[in-house]
Amino acid sequence: MLARDWRAGELQVLAAALVVAVASVTSVAFFADRVGQALVRDAHQLLGADLVLASDHPWDKAIGAQISASGLARAEALNFISMASAGEGDKQRSKLAGVKAVSRNYPLRGTLRIAPAPGAPDAPAASGPAPGSVWLDEQLVGALGAPVGSMIRLGRSELKVAAVLTLEPERGANFFNIAPRLMLNLADVTATGLVQTGSRVHYYLYAAGPPEKIRAFEKFVRPRLERGQHVDDLQSGRPQVRASIDRAQRFLGLTALLAAILAGVAIALGTRRFVERHLDGCAVMRCLGATQNRLLALYGGEFLALGLAACAVGCLAGYAAQEALAGALAGLLQAALPAPTPLPAAQGFLVGLVLLLGFALPPLVQLKNVPALRVIRRESGPARRGTLAVYALGLGVLAALLVWQAGDLRLGVYVVGGFGVAVAVFYAAAWVALRAAASAPVARLVGANSSALRYGLANLKRHARGNAIQVASLALGLTAVLLLSFTRNDLVDAWRRAAPPDAPNRFVLGIQPDQLAPLKSYFTARGIGVPEIYPMVRGRLVAVNGKPVAAEDYRDERAKRLVEREFNLSYADEMPGHNQLAAGSWWRKGADPHQLSVEQGIAGTLGWKLGDALTFTAGGESFTGRVTSLRKLRWDSMKVNFFVIAPPALLESMPTSYITAFRVAAGEERAMQALTQQFPNLTVVDVGAAVRQAQGVIDQLINAVQFVFLFALGAGLLVLYSALISTEDERRREAAVMRVYGASRAQVAGSQRVEFLAMGLVAGVLATAGAAAIGQLLAQRVFDLDLPPSPMLLIAGPLAGLALLSLNAWLSSRKVLRATPALTLRESI
Amino acid sequence: MMINSKALIARGIGKTVRSGDRDLVILRDIDLTVDSGEALAIVGASGSGKSTLLAILAGLDTPSAGTVELEGANLFALDEDARAELRGRTVGFVFQSFQLLPALSALENVMLPLELAGRHDAEQAAREVLARVGLAERLQHAPKHLSGGEQQRVALARAFVAQPKLLLADEPTGSLDAEAGREVIALLFDLNRAAGTTLVMVTHDENLAARCDRTVRLEAGKIAP
Repeated sequence: MLARDWRAGELQVLAAALVVAVASVTSVAFFADRVGQALVRDAHQLLGADLVLASDHPWDKAIGAQISASGLARAEALNFISMASAGEGDKQRSKLAGVKAVSRNYPLRGTLRIAPAPGAPDAPAASGPAPGSVWLDEQLVGALGAPVGSMIRLGRSELKVAAVLTLEPERGANFFNIAPRLMLNLADVTATGLVQTGSRVHYYLYAAGPPEKIRAFEKFVRPRLERGQHVDDLQSGRPQVRASIDRAQRFLGLTALLAAILAGVAIALGTRRFVERHLDGCAVMRCLGATQNRLLALYGGEFLALGLAACAVGCLAGYAAQEALAGALAGLLQAALPAPTPLPAAQGFLVGLVLLLGFALPPLVQLKNVPALRVIRRESGPARRGTLAVYALGLGVLAALLVWQAGDLRLGVYVVGGFGVAVAVFYAAAWVALRAAASAPVARLVGANSSALRYGLANLKRHARGNAIQVASLALGLTAVLLLSFTRNDLVDAWRRAAPPDAPNRFVLGIQPDQLAPLKSYFTARGIGVPEIYPMVRGRLVAVNGKPVAAEDYRDERAKRLVEREFNLSYADEMPGHNQLAAGSWWRKGADPHQLSVEQGIAGTLGWKLGDALTFTAGGESFTGRVTSLRKLRWDSMKVNFFVIAPPALLESMPTSYITAFRVAAGEERAMQALTQQFPNLTVVDVGAAVRQAQGVIDQLINAVQFVFLFALGAGLLVLYSALISTEDERRREAAVMRVYGASRAQVAGSQRVEFLAMGLVAGVLATAGAAAIGQLLAQRVFDLDLPPSPMLLIAGPLAGLALLSLNAWLSSRKVLRATPALTLRESI
Repeated sequence: MMINSKALIARGIGKTVRSGDRDLVILRDIDLTVDSGEALAIVGASGSGKSTLLAILAGLDTPSAGTVELEGANLFALDEDARAELRGRTVGFVFQSFQLLPALSALENVMLPLELAGRHDAEQAAREVLARVGLAERLQHAPKHLSGGEQQRVALARAFVAQPKLLLADEPTGSLDAEAGREVIALLFDLNRAAGTTLVMVTHDENLAARCDRTVRLEAGKIAP
């Protein structure tokens, strides 16, 4: 029977819908899986390894040995602060440097980049510095006056400057406390005599290898950690990179969701058409004694066989598509993508079958319910009872599946819920709008004296139910298309703006109060705009609501470390312009000074709420303030941000230094050397490389995500197509009857055109509203972006609806008018 | 005033369709003349080409050869639209499977031909004809809520509402049980007589054919002698 129906051509549309559906779902899933893996790997490159162990005292040899024993690559490093100097006699210059001694194979993930001179083009380094040599960052080269090839002194050693270090993976994660970088080989550390008992040194072990071995090693090492030791992985640290990755995964998840839902709609429409064409056959079979269950088994079996075949084809097509996609993006994805896991194929099958059962079963149940009477009375339709329950069940299962696939409950609920609401609203709005369009006042308004116009408008009302379903489906498909074309662009632009190309690339720390005026004149003298300079007080958290605080109180690793570290506190009368108030209210000038404004994320991590009293100590004094506001920050904006801000009256008397961030244009690096020479105590951190790296990651993600969007777009178009052909049979028959009774071609085509145009306008307007609303919701709730609705969308949406249905009216009337009425009517008998 | 007392003149009608890779002859060299006011039955076995002939006589299908003169106009010398206009003005049609539009009420189905002709009294005229076929109480019913006999009566009302000169009926009782069939036929002949309409009816029912003035028998696409 499958073969027979296939030959009859009725299953081909449905199968095509299923194949495209499964193909789009799996290709999105396959690619998302691979990109997801690559994202994690690339993020590891920022970490320098898959796993980093940090300690404030030397690591037990057994731990290091276990890394190698676990089959993982191992590298080592240690960090400390020390004075470096260069030159002789009067020309001698010294500078406090952040020294990092690394094993030759550092880093295990990502690369170090070096240049032959400050400002010269850089290139990846094959390995870490060789014994006897050091790499200095640009700032240190300037401060010491030690160009490449000269010698510097570090402790008891003399070392040769071999290169300018422009990028190291771990840099940029937390730029505070980082003095300019000096990197040397681990083997040279002993000779410097700088590392002795009691020195403040941080010891790092790096591990890299297959994920399962990493997990096994992590399991081994975690229980053996001592105080002052912790494991760094992706979950901790690096807020700006994490924010980007999270957002990318949401984009991908959203796309997969949309593709799946749209596919479901296309399948539902396709099945409806199949069922309408099979009602007669079923009635005959009922007459010949087929029971309802037998009919259901027959068609259910047929659909299941078709579904499995289509899923298999779809999976293969999905795999091929993502291969092509990965190939096309090979240049953008700097490294090769990891091989896909089989999970997406399983997901594809499952989604395909659930789609088929959820969306095809309800119409199929109608076939089962067809009364045998239909053989005699063609118009006796099947009872519709029970189908709603089946739809609800199918939708429920699908929703659960989609939430699983999105891997994000909130996103899943938003999309599935939004979809359900949109369908209901679209249907109701379409029904009302179509009936209104058919009303007498509208007819008078448009001067309906041509019979085509009058007839077309009247048909809107007569076909209200069928047309409303069609308009709702069209609006749905169009919403997806608009969402993916216009709103997506807006979202992507907003995302790009979050880390603008003019983001600051230099941070200056340790500015003393008496240096503020000279620093400002330094900027003014060089024609550089004076950047905003923020006061900074370093304080330790000692109590929350009067209760002493210790790291052990927190289970979260990040929380533990936050509590152990000193906080960078700031004070201000006004909230910094790039911050956003999330809860509470900002203080008025002169109000009670015992107030604090806290960043939303850290408040969540540490469990702080509005009204909590936080006590800090700074410079031997303690002070307490109540949390009166929560702020939202953009970590990827690369601006100066503070977790905690207080009114000036609370902190002004504390030991204060200042911090600022600004942008140095390419080629102006010399000005920076002058800055460090004039103010030798300042720490200048070059985050340009880190910013460029983050920017590169974001651009790459955007490209991948855009490509993935195309599939969902395809699914949207499929829905549009299915919706358009869903009433074709009925319209052809109607046109034939009209022609029998003397309608001219112009009348037939005209009345269809009027009907289609009205439907197109309604669908376009609904889709525009839908896309704008969903885009707004997504931007605000999911992506934390500000997104004003695009005026282009408001114009293009309704126009797209009109254009699409005009085209369809033209094509449809050509088809309807091509066959002679006799032929059309004979086919429909 | 009728200038030509012939309602319909068909000359040398042939119809060949391509089936697979060979030609299938459905009609061959049919000559047929129907006088105004005459009732003609076309009978024949299934597949003898009766329905195709009827469709060609109405201009719903095009012949491979031959001409049809309808009310003095050469049907296939006209373009599609002129043919439709002529048909709307002069021909009523009744189908075996009713061919009512499911989205339209009984009243709207009957109004359709008049609306297409741009008549403003469509509703009034439709109401009157529906009353004559005994469906005054069921005007707003959708076809699926009417019995088969009622649906065919709506179709009859639709066929007669524009007061056609020629009524073409294709197995009008073919989808009905005997009782409903008898009622519809009685109604058809009543309306026909009252309006003085020319009737061409395709049927395989010899009793029905006997009620017509003349019977033409088709055999394998040709008129049997």
